[in-house]
Amino acid sequence: MKIRLNQKNIPLLATIAVFFLIYAAGSFLYPGFFSLRVFVNLFIDNAFVGIIAVGMTFVIISGEIDLSVGSVVAFVGVLIATLVQDYNMHPLPAILLCLVLGAAFGCAMGCLIHFFKLPSFLVTLVGMFLARGLAFLLSLNSIPIKHDFFEALTDFGFQLTRKVWIPSIAILFVAVVLLGVFLSHFTRFGRNAYAIGGNQQSAILMGLPVGKTKILIFTLDGALCALAGIVYSLYTMSGYPLACVGLELDVIAAVVIGGTLLTGGVGYVEGTLIGVLILGLIQTFITFQGTLSSWWTKIAVGVLLFVFILLQRYLSSAYSGREARGRDGKKAAQAEAA
Amino acid sequence: MPTTDAILEVRGLSKTFPGVKALQDVDFTLKKGEIHALMGQNGAGKSTLIKVITGLYKKDGGEMLLDGKPFECDSPEEAPKIGISTVYQEVNLIPNLSVAENIYLGRQPMRFGAIDWKTLNRNAAEAIKKLDLDIDVTQPVSSYSIAIQQLVAITRALDVKARILILDEPTSSLDAAETARLFDVLRKLKSEGIGIVFVTHFLGQVYDISDVITVLRNGRLVGVKSVDELPRLALIEMMLGKSADEVECVEKGAGEAGDAVDAECFLRVQGLGRRGAIRPFDMEIHKGEVLGLAGLLGSGRTEIARLLFGVDKAQEGRIFVKGQEARLTSPRKAISLGFALCPEDRKSEGIIADLTVRENIVLALQARTGIFRRLSPKKQEEIVDRYIKALDIKTSSPEQKVGDLSGGNQQKVIVARWLASNPDFLILDEPTRGIDVGAKAEIENLILHLSREGMAVLFISSELAEVIECSGRVAVLRDRVKVAELPREAINESNIMKAIAQTEGQ
Amino acid sequence: MSFNPACLKNENLGKLVWPLVALFAIVVFNVIFTPGFFNLEIKDGRLFGSLIDILNRGAPVMLVSIGMTVVYATGGIDLSVGAVIAIAGAVAATIIRPDYVKGVIEYGEMAPLVTVIGVPLLLALLAGLWNGALVAYVGIQPIIATLILMVAGRGIAQLITEGKIVVFIHEPFQFIGGGFLLGLPVPIVIVAVMLLVTYLLTRKTALGLFIEAVGANPKASQYMGIRAQLIKIATYMFCALCAGIAGLIICSDIKAADANNAGLFLELDAIAAVIIGGTMWGGRFTVAGSMIGALIIQTLTTTILTRGIAPEVTLVFKALVIICVALIQSEAFRKILTGRLAKTEAGQS
Repeated sequence: MKIRLNQKNIPLLATIAVFFLIYAAGSFLYPGFFSLRVFVNLFIDNAFVGIIAVGMTFVIISGEIDLSVGSVVAFVGVLIATLVQDYNMHPLPAILLCLVLGAAFGCAMGCLIHFFKLPSFLVTLVGMFLARGLAFLLSLNSIPIKHDFFEALTDFGFQLTRKVWIPSIAILFVAVVLLGVFLSHFTRFGRNAYAIGGNQQSAILMGLPVGKTKILIFTLDGALCALAGIVYSLYTMSGYPLACVGLELDVIAAVVIGGTLLTGGVGYVEGTLIGVLILGLIQTFITFQGTLSSWWTKIAVGVLLFVFILLQRYLSSAYSGREARGRDGKKAAQAEAA
Repeated sequence: MPTTDAILEVRGLSKTFPGVKALQDVDFTLKKGEIHALMGQNGAGKSTLIKVITGLYKKDGGEMLLDGKPFECDSPEEAPKIGISTVYQEVNLIPNLSVAENIYLGRQPMRFGAIDWKTLNRNAAEAIKKLDLDIDVTQPVSSYSIAIQQLVAITRALDVKARILILDEPTSSLDAAETARLFDVLRKLKSEGIGIVFVTHFLGQVYDISDVITVLRNGRLVGVKSVDELPRLALIEMMLGKSADEVECVEKGAGEAGDAVDAECFLRVQGLGRRGAIRPFDMEIHKGEVLGLAGLLGSGRTEIARLLFGVDKAQEGRIFVKGQEARLTSPRKAISLGFALCPEDRKSEGIIADLTVRENIVLALQARTGIFRRLSPKKQEEIVDRYIKALDIKTSSPEQKVGDLSGGNQQKVIVARWLASNPDFLILDEPTRGIDVGAKAEIENLILHLSREGMAVLFISSELAEVIECSGRVAVLRDRVKVAELPREAINESNIMKAIAQTEGQ
Repeated sequence: MSFNPACLKNENLGKLVWPLVALFAIVVFNVIFTPGFFNLEIKDGRLFGSLIDILNRGAPVMLVSIGMTVVYATGGIDLSVGAVIAIAGAVAATIIRPDYVKGVIEYGEMAPLVTVIGVPLLLALLAGLWNGALVAYVGIQPIIATLILMVAGRGIAQLITEGKIVVFIHEPFQFIGGGFLLGLPVPIVIVAVMLLVTYLLTRKTALGLFIEAVGANPKASQYMGIRAQLIKIATYMFCALCAGIAGLIICSDIKAADANNAGLFLELDAIAAVIIGGTMWGGRFTVAGSMIGALIIQTLTTTILTRGIAPEVTLVFKALVIICVALIQSEAFRKILTGRLAKTEAGQS
């Protein structure tokens, strides 16, 4: 799909501009900011956020929302830790079990939303608390994971330059983004997601498999959340039931900053990648700055999300204005067509 | 009518919704290469019949045969697969996606497991050309006019190798030239042996294009006639279920009351306009006068109502209320000047379906008196009882949900709501749409009654007969321009039609 | 006082029946399994007992549910209540001990109670104004608009306390969370007062009707001259005020401000209470129902606690309760259920 320079692409362009702005500012202010290592670290530190954000992009494109993501990550982390440490299960089947459970969890939420016409914010809000509660049920405290296979997984990767190492989770992140791009542009499933978000009623009347697609979107989203949970446990080598409280805002922010409309129907997985990297840059910036407390990250993300939502609002109202004029110019269009 | 070349046969079909028998024992037969008009008033069951055929609703009884074999679609996904394609009245496309993608959504050409965008765009361009359209298929559908969107929807419907094409009021937003083009396409399809079901409200078009007419009324089959056997008057009688004389039950001579040009001028509008909505126009409405607004759908009638009520803000022009210049910045402001609006879209802008009849009626008055001066329960009851009686609203009790009432009674509740707040100027946008003949006459009588009591009324309706019956003056709109104003003595069908047609020639 | 029969519609009563039955069931369970559940004692003119305890502990949830009810009725939702609770507590504690976060142990000049209460509540109102403005004027979906404050707000609370738990002693302020008035714990009295205020505001003025109208059909309401945007903002401000008061109660009760954990997951309890109580998302609301809902939630929590299960686990129960209630209210679910039942009956006969 060609990306044309029209109004709908402005959020995406703004995103890219913001990315370079922060990157330039950081490079200018702090020595060592502009390095391959810092750049690669963006992919490592934000791998779990990015993997969820890809799933969330599909959810938001289809006009829904998922608030459960942070809790699912925490739950999966605790589950793996419990299985590996307390039940001496090999990590591989534990990981597979988590992926299946995550997909099933997403599928169940999708079914509730589709079959019983419950609003997605309500269902996923319940999912958010359910997963968090289940995590607490497994353990109230952080469980460190110590297992050779786990360490092998973390150490897997390749040497890019002498100083820069690309580990498995960064590779996984990039792979998931590529998968997301492929799904969104080159499969019927992806295009149906756009159609449902664009106009659900029309999608039904056009004979598209609306229910199936919606459930699949949530299943994919759930599976990716579980994958992110695994990545997170690889990243921290532990499972903690209070991990990732408020992660849903980060993820939604990344998706929205990446140019996906909250109203559905428009969005790009590519944009989401940049959105995630921007969040990572802010974090890096605050780390480099040194004196700002980490709470500023949350506030900065909130402010950035707010600004981008305003931008979307403004553009969409400008867009619908143009559309009205387009209808007025019906004659002209007709003359053109004849 | 068992015939050999029938592709679609429906026998004894029935469908019931809670409280409504939408279809009762309906038969319908469509032959190859036939354009079959499905006629009936609002609520006759046309849409229900189509939705049962396409699988959007499940039938309760009867059978449906395709090529003599029973079939039933469980969902609208299946209908196109067995050759039944539908184009709905509201353009059903995805606005943000490209024209090409809209045509092929759900059946995109695939190559190596991925969508082949090149082939898709090329195929779409070819398919679009078949309808003599020349547009860039990679542009989003929303960047084109409604007429072109409608043609895109038809392209989509045809592309599935449809054998049956159902068109549900496809022309309601098209102008004459666009309709003619659509009809050319339909004739071409007909010659290819496709059976077409055509639902419309426009009588003229039925006689232009169709071969056979099936008439429904109140969910029952009234008759099936070929076009040659069925003169217009007979068709109208079949649709209405009574002879034409009976329909005109509005008090004769009452129109005089709607004529009060000499009375005090209530509202004067100078050069009021808004880009994309209505070109600047002048207008005067006097106390006790009914001003009719005539024009086709989309001619700017509703836009005028919205401007006058402050829903949309005017970009130019001046408004004088009782000689004083006023600025209409919001509905609230308009209401404070004594305006009231019964909007066109009754469901989404008029009634509050979940609230009771009582609450719906007192709300406007309550909004006027303010939050802290709540009307006492006794006062509320008094008002509600008065208007339920006065307007003859059929409700089991004032505490019934408005959503459970019939369309006509809902409309009366909206009128009652405004009457309770005692406005000077009432704007009625299509107050009789979708309600039965009896309730229509009541509302027309009510309009005349109100104007006689000194209220200024702006009356918008698609039905010319109604406008002529009720109005003291008629303003005619076409293409978002006010093109004429007819005084009382000049109001008749042919004058209005001429005024609409005049500019068309230019 | 004139009695309006319309107030006591079958519709409303019918809605309250199921929540009441559920509450009754939980209470019966407790009567059987928790000895002395119904015991009430008067010591020094103060009431003590399990029931009073539930009411007292449930006060924050009940307060927030009152606010959440009106927001929910306008077709909105407020996820930021927990963050507002944290901010209110953090501000109150910081006013009492302004230099604690800098490591100064000594109290400064004793801050007057009016400031300790007034400033946090003003900030809460400001938070509500922010939420309401985003929803009503900017047109952001309520869930997103309030999510911003839900997360960023907790960040703000952390900033105020600089990530520390601020402990304090302030006798007059402690009265709010731990004192007794008319023999009842002060939180219960506060809830009662807020309930009375809400009842008067919504049912003795036209506000309640306007809220329901705006929630059920915002466009039609606007066309009737109702200031839909102002009403929405007012509901968000009211909700934030309720959350602010709840924050003060919690902070005063534990004599500390914990920006991390104060009011954490309380939004779930409030939303659960509102849904259980039978308030429609955009439309009819019943504060009485929400109170019953809040009591169910609180009794459930207390019951689980007395069974010796970790309090965090109650999240699972609450989540299940909400989804069940939401399902029962869902028309599609009922249709499918009755359809299945009809089918199996037909199959059996």
